[in-house]
Amino acid sequence: MSWVRITIPENIPLREGRAVRVGGEEIAVFNLGGRFLAVENRCPHKGGPLADGIVSGGTVVCPLHNWKICLENGAVTKPAGESCGVATYATRLEDGVIWIELRGEQEAAA
Amino acid sequence: MEELIVVGNGMAGVACVEQILKHAPKFHITIFGEETHVNYNRILLSSVLAGEKEADEIALNSLEWYQKHGITLRLGVRIVDVDPVLKTVTGDDGSVTSFDKLLLATGSTPFVPPIDGVEKEGVYTFRNLDDARALVEQAQPGRKAAVIGGGLLGLEAARGLQVRGCDVTVVHLLDTLMNMQLDATGGRYLEAKMQQLGVRVLLNRITTRVLGESRAEGLEFRGGERIEADLVVIAAGIRPNAHLGKKAGLKVNRGIVVNDYLETSHPDIFAVGECVEHRGVVYGLVAPLVEQGKVLAATITGNRGPQFQGAQPAAKLKIMGVDVFSAGQVMESDGVEVVRYEDPAMGIYQKLLCRENKLVGVVLVGDAGDSHRYVDWLRSGADLAGKRRHLLFPEPAADGGLDAAQMPDSDTVCGCMGVTKGAIISAIHEKGLNTLAQLKECTRASTGCGSCTNLCQQLLRAVAPDFEEDKKKVLCGCVPFTQENLREMVRTQRLRSVQEILEIYGNGAGCEICKPALSYMVDMVWCGDHEEDRSARFINDRVHANIQRDGTFSVVPRMRGGVTTPAELRRIADVAEKYHVRMVKVTGSQRIDLLGVKKSDLPKIWADLGMPSGQAYTKGVRMVKTCVGTEFCRFGTQDSIHAGVELERRLENLYTPHKVKMGAVGCPRNCAEATVKDIGLVGQEGSWQVVVGGAAGKHVRKADLLITVETTPEALEAAELFFQYYREHANYLERTYDFVERLGIEKVRKETVYAPEPVKQALRERLSKAKALSRDAWLEREEPVHPTQFVQIQPLEEVLV
Ligand code: SRM
Ligand SMILES: Cc1cc2nc3c(=O)[nH]c(=O)nc-3n(C[C@H](O)[C@H](O)[C@H](O)COP(=O)(O)OP(=O)(O)OC[C@H]3O[C@@H](n4cnc5c(N)ncnc54)[C@H](O)[C@@H]3O)c2cc1C
Ligand code: SF4
Ligand code: FES
Repeated sequence: MSWVRITIPENIPLREGRAVRVGGEEIAVFNLGGRFLAVENRCPHKGGPLADGIVSGGTVVCPLHNWKICLENGAVTKPAGESCGVATYATRLEDGVIWIELRGEQEAAA
Repeated sequence: MEELIVVGNGMAGVACVEQILKHAPKFHITIFGEETHVNYNRILLSSVLAGEKEADEIALNSLEWYQKHGITLRLGVRIVDVDPVLKTVTGDDGSVTSFDKLLLATGSTPFVPPIDGVEKEGVYTFRNLDDARALVEQAQPGRKAAVIGGGLLGLEAARGLQVRGCDVTVVHLLDTLMNMQLDATGGRYLEAKMQQLGVRVLLNRITTRVLGESRAEGLEFRGGERIEADLVVIAAGIRPNAHLGKKAGLKVNRGIVVNDYLETSHPDIFAVGECVEHRGVVYGLVAPLVEQGKVLAATITGNRGPQFQGAQPAAKLKIMGVDVFSAGQVMESDGVEVVRYEDPAMGIYQKLLCRENKLVGVVLVGDAGDSHRYVDWLRSGADLAGKRRHLLFPEPAADGGLDAAQMPDSDTVCGCMGVTKGAIISAIHEKGLNTLAQLKECTRASTGCGSCTNLCQQLLRAVAPDFEEDKKKVLCGCVPFTQENLREMVRTQRLRSVQEILEIYGNGAGCEICKPALSYMVDMVWCGDHEEDRSARFINDRVHANIQRDGTFSVVPRMRGGVTTPAELRRIADVAEKYHVRMVKVTGSQRIDLLGVKKSDLPKIWADLGMPSGQAYTKGVRMVKTCVGTEFCRFGTQDSIHAGVELERRLENLYTPHKVKMGAVGCPRNCAEATVKDIGLVGQEGSWQVVVGGAAGKHVRKADLLITVETTPEALEAAELFFQYYREHANYLERTYDFVERLGIEKVRKETVYAPEPVKQALRERLSKAKALSRDAWLEREEPVHPTQFVQIQPLEEVLV
């Protein structure tokens, strides 16, 4: 496990997402009003870029075919009954910087 | 048959008659009504004032209904006397009518406090449809209005006037708004909410005088303070109309006194509604009055048995965006435990009062979404021991939606009419209901303030075998209004941003359906002068390119009329090579597509191309396809290239409800397929046919003829009129082929090319205002709306893999 400094909050507009490539992972970081949530930037349906989706409350709608993914837990909330999901990453705001916690394998690989 | 006379053609009286009709026929019924309207939903007068409903939309019983049930309806007749011995009533038209049974349902009248000058012009009360109509007429933008009374009615009136553009002040006697329903803290939250909406609130003011000669010009308060006001509405409470009861010699206190069977002190005279007093209480809300009507219907038809035991009225403020709900006990007292939640930032205040583990009162300000749950607890006396922590925060409902499925059958769905979920479900099953209209007719649910409409729809959807969505479709669950209503609300309430609409009228979150639609709406209504919020736009409209299946984008530059030059083609070729464009393709619309471009390359490609955006990614003006016309073609009768290029130039960069594709052809051979375009110009010898609503995509539809004109300028003008009309009236994602079909070409013609000159002029002006504010979206390459609009974020530190 390792925490990585990603970017300043100003780089992610309110209720939008931005993609960032770090440690071999493509991650989508969203700004939900000062709270930043990060998920894998690959829609479980056909790989759509979630960072380009429309934010709907605590979920994001994939820009390709409108699957809806919960940003808190990565689960697919629409269509109902899909058991797949995306990975989520812990985030924190410190020293005016958004940090993301990368998963164990990455650190081991590093 | 006995003669039953009903005095008062209002909500309680007619609701009671409806119940009487459910019993075995016993009476010939005559209803006297002082107002000249059929029974209508008085509750919705606030909505009429606020422009959310038309006056003719709120009728509850049609003339046919009275006829069908053999009821004699005497409108415009006021009963002035009752003789309890001869058993007759006398009307102000001189008529004398005898009765066997008499039902007094005279409601109440507005209380006008002793204020000097209330007779002046410009001073109104707010009780009936005529009042509402008068206020609608008076409430002109810019007028200074004062509403005396900060209760439910006063606040609703104030918001209505303000929505119509008046500059409104609410003057309240005490230090808490809605002091009958709220505690001091709740009142403060409400006050903040009202001020935030732009309604000024003055508390602790005793109005002593209406200033002005014969017309109102202002108010004076005790102590001498004055405010300006040329429109004054008095909403200081109501007084039961009990004088007929007195004339009949009935026992009368504040209202006509009735017992639990709704009997008065005279065996053949009954009373129901706001004019009665039951166990010392006079009710002023519909739900208990409907209850009374049910009981009285049994009593009067000889089925005496059911009793009215009093009711715990629940009040709900009907101002969109200002949730206030209150029921039962409001103030703390001994032995009462309080659970409270406050969120000043969000303006939410909630308070539950419990006694011996039972809910005895609830106050909700800012978020009243769960009110039906509390009403049920109040009524059923549910045991809440051990549940304290979950009282205000139940399990979250899935998707923030309504929780119809989880509601117990005993839960009240329609608080106004007191209809439970169980009653609705059994009505749906037993009567085979399939539409909301049928449900309303049969159960009266959702005919009150309308806030349960969504729940009713959900129940129908879940249970009705052949559920039919109402014709008026709401935009989506996040903002449950029709687009037509929303456009009107955006306009009258000067809402300029998507988030503002979602916060005031919606769930605050929005989704992929409503956000782009609302984005279009604020842009269109304000002719481009809105607060742009890119987060509410689809990705294509954030980066002005069409997203592809692999997350890359396509670039289609504008090539007006499909005409290009060797130099332009060379630049396109160079760009394609420089950026390793995966494919260069001629599109189906006479232009060139560069496919498979990375987001971060977009601004550079646009700059190198030096061509404007072709808007191939958005709901906006696509292109005008042209044929070679008189310029080259041996059959050409009109200069289709120049007409097409000019049309494209005039409309490019504008956004529309759905994409708009156009065509201009030089003769009826129609080589550029203008007759299957949204707008087409079809050249004839000496004239142009302007055609609209054509399609050759998912649907194929031949365009309708809008008008035939002689000159090219006239043809362009006709196209522009239709274009702006479509922008203003179509629903989001409604192509012209559906729009023209829905409205009918006759209506479209009448409201565009054949409209009176001022109407046409107004359409032209709004179009040119929008055009003046529009710009080539690709210029954002130089001034991005956000520093990371196109660039990929680089992490501050690298992690080696
Ligand atoms: C590029 C192009 C196909 C081509 O290679 O020629 C094209 C590509 C797409 N069309 Fe089209 N349409 C293209 C001409 C047409 C035409 C022909 C025309 O414009 O004359 C039609 C029939 C006319 C019409 O619009 O009705 C057409 C009818 C559609 C429709 C069906 C619309 C309908 O309501 O009938 C859609 C879906 C929609 O809009 O909902 C669509 C949607 C799309 C989208 C945008 C799908 C999407 O949302 O991503 C495609 C983008 C592919 C991509 O990855 O870039 N496209 N599409 C053409 C671009 C024209 C241009 O220069 O702007
Ligand atoms: C603007 C507004 C908003 C409201 N909002 C709500 C709300 O959100 N929720 C809620 O529950 N309640 C609301 N109410 C209150 C609700 O409308 C009343 O409680 C209800 O209409 C009372 O019914 P009623 O039949 O007793 O009186 P009314 O509906 O007033 O009917 C009485 C009728 O009798 C007629 N009449 C009176 N005297 C005579 C006579 N001598 N001869 C012939 N006809 C006569 C009157 O003209 C009137 O038409 C609102 C009221 C107003 C004015
Ligand atoms: S017809 Fe249009 S929408 Fe369908 S695959 Fe081809 S380009 Fe895409
Ligand atoms: S790829 Fe995301 S919905 Fe299809």
